[in-house]
Amino acid sequence: MFDLKDVSKTFTLHNQGAAVIEVLSEANMTVAPGECVALTGASGSGKSTLMRMLYGNYRAQSGVVSVAGVDLVQAAPREIIRLRREVLGYVSQFLRVVPRVPTLDVVAEPLLALGVPAEDARDQAATLLARLNIPKTLWDLSPTTFSGGEQQRVNIARGFIHPFPALLLDEPTASLDATNRNVVLELIADAKVRGTAIIGIFHDEAARDQVCDRQIDVTGFSPGCAA
Amino acid sequence: MTDYNFAYLDEQTKRMIRRAILKGLAVPGYQVPFASREMPMPYGWGTGGVQVSAAVMTTDDQFKVIDQGADDTTNAVSIRSFFERTAGVATTTQTAEATVIQTRHRIPERDLTEGQILVYQVPIPEPLRFLEPRESETRKMHSLEEYGLMHVKLYEDISRHGHIATSYAYPVKVEGRYVMDPSPIPKFDNPKLSDCPAIQLFGAGREQRIYALPPYTQVVSLDFEDHPFVASKADHPCGLCGAEDSYLDEVIIDDAGGRMFVCSDTDYCTARQADGFKGKDAA
Amino acid sequence: MTDTALLSVRGVTKRYGAHIGCADVSFDLYPGEVMGIVGESGSGKSTLLNCMAGHLEPDAGAVVFDTAVDGPRDTLLMSEPERRMLSRTDWAFVHQHARDGLRMGVSAGGNVGERLMAVGARHYGDIRGSAIDWLGRVEINEARVDDRPTTFSGGMQQRLQIARNLVTGPRLVFMDEPTGGLDVSVQARLLDMIRSLVRDMGLSAIIVTHDLAVVRLLADRLMVMKSGHVVEAGLTDQVLDDPKHAYTQLLVSSILQV
Repeated sequence: MFDLKDVSKTFTLHNQGAAVIEVLSEANMTVAPGECVALTGASGSGKSTLMRMLYGNYRAQSGVVSVAGVDLVQAAPREIIRLRREVLGYVSQFLRVVPRVPTLDVVAEPLLALGVPAEDARDQAATLLARLNIPKTLWDLSPTTFSGGEQQRVNIARGFIHPFPALLLDEPTASLDATNRNVVLELIADAKVRGTAIIGIFHDEAARDQVCDRQIDVTGFSPGCAA
Repeated sequence: MTDYNFAYLDEQTKRMIRRAILKGLAVPGYQVPFASREMPMPYGWGTGGVQVSAAVMTTDDQFKVIDQGADDTTNAVSIRSFFERTAGVATTTQTAEATVIQTRHRIPERDLTEGQILVYQVPIPEPLRFLEPRESETRKMHSLEEYGLMHVKLYEDISRHGHIATSYAYPVKVEGRYVMDPSPIPKFDNPKLSDCPAIQLFGAGREQRIYALPPYTQVVSLDFEDHPFVASKADHPCGLCGAEDSYLDEVIIDDAGGRMFVCSDTDYCTARQADGFKGKDAA
Repeated sequence: MTDTALLSVRGVTKRYGAHIGCADVSFDLYPGEVMGIVGESGSGKSTLLNCMAGHLEPDAGAVVFDTAVDGPRDTLLMSEPERRMLSRTDWAFVHQHARDGLRMGVSAGGNVGERLMAVGARHYGDIRGSAIDWLGRVEINEARVDDRPTTFSGGMQQRLQIARNLVTGPRLVFMDEPTGGLDVSVQARLLDMIRSLVRDMGLSAIIVTHDLAVVRLLADRLMVMKSGHVVEAGLTDQVLDDPKHAYTQLLVSSILQV
């Protein structure tokens, strides 16, 4: 599902004397359907950069970043848009939404984008929000005013409402209490059973050990370490 | 005769106006620009109509002028005497006898015939003007037949009054092509514009436009399917001649609010009375 | 996935004397895509928008639109009546200032109904019904249908302008700073509305703005312009999160974080 070949990434900071920062070089990895892989490595080793490249958010300098057969490095914008709508889900640590849109609609949106009827989409959103213990009184409010843990769960709901065959999870259990953490781990386990290929960053080691089949240390992709 | 050239205008000016008239007749409903002259009367008093009349008039013509249907109002009397002085033509008040009829705000009740010319005085020739102030844009709209805006005006009427409240200068479409302002005639007169045996000429002096309807031109009043055009009039018979088919003026007759309805077309009313018809208010 | 671009822009160039308005701009827009064009004032983004929408005649280039009837055609080679018909049916243009896009002397219903009447609707009841339906979709109370836009707030005027534009079911909407000049809370509501309409109607849109937050929320794709040239283009989040060009990096780093 995910297939990286000889991927490298540098940043050129034009406004800081054209400084070139090499982040990754010759990264290779493969993740199969139904597999959950954790990215590990110290802060700054490039985990988040790699995640963003897997989502097509950062563009690689060279190599192939293939998701469900689409090379994100070469794909036209509309191919990536379609991939993200239908195949590739992403639960980030940050919630970015249009202000004043009710939480229920924020969660339902990925389904609406796929053409699911509004009522149906909202029903599914409600079910998921309830499972994640977001009080019903909050559903009609915008999540921009929510606490960090609540926003996190709204993000997770958005990521799991559509059964994406490929899923990226950036710290899905951070800032969650034990109950909700378990709900999220259940969701991940369910997704794996469905055959979803998952790549995640988990600082929560217990969670990582519980759901992940493999770990990949990103430090190995650092420039200079490649060998 | 006087020292004036025949019908006041010099021959070159009349030729120029005739060319505009011919163009107007060739393209029914299209507003033809012309170099309007200063006339010895203020704008708004029929300078456009007078120039058109002067251009079409011959020594043999019988000239009639009506203002709101009447031959005896100030405007009608002064224009009639203007041509008596400058052209020496015969004048008449009888529709049937007239060959050139200049009119302000009415079409005579009696059917017009082939060979007659009806000349309208027009204040604002552009039917789209009140919704689109740019002349460049209205000309483009005419040339491209973009007439949705005209219906916006009628839509506004219905939304505000529950029906199409435009009661005069009611817009029409000529031969399925140009939308035209028929001058401020009551919409009661609109059906008479269509399939008329007489030549109809429209002159706007201040706005420097001439347009025309050749005989037997199809003229349709704009409307909506669910709000069709209705040629309405006051629901009374004429107080003097009893006519039920003519357009009526409401006349206040005393300080107590007493009123009567009389034919606005004085010639029509007089002729009917002479034929023995009598209304309830007739002396 | 359809392979015919809804709009193909090729080498569009517009000069104002020696000054460059926009130079050699090319891109394809596919059905359902929303593209943002950003850049500072004078970067040529409005010139480009007006060239594409037929308001300005470019000095060179082609603007090929996939028309419903005849397939792809260069709109710059169309006759004026054809182009004006297109701008009343398949295209829509939302101006920054609602006053430029509305008839201020005509009721809200008349404003929405105008495009219907322009394409031949002649049933008052139906026209009014559509107008009321569209006022509802842009969250304007039905009771205001006979009020003039002069009595509306800025946000309502902008929503009315959008209703007036979308009533004939266009396929491509050009928007020039649609949220400019509105206060922040009104902007948010408008953004959400535009987003839902784009999604529900399957619209394609080109949005010119200098507000990166607006494109982040509305646009799938982004073009960054500077001095009349496109300096960077790509997915919105790619361009904003991983800017390559020096100017884009400057633009992104200049945003105040709230």
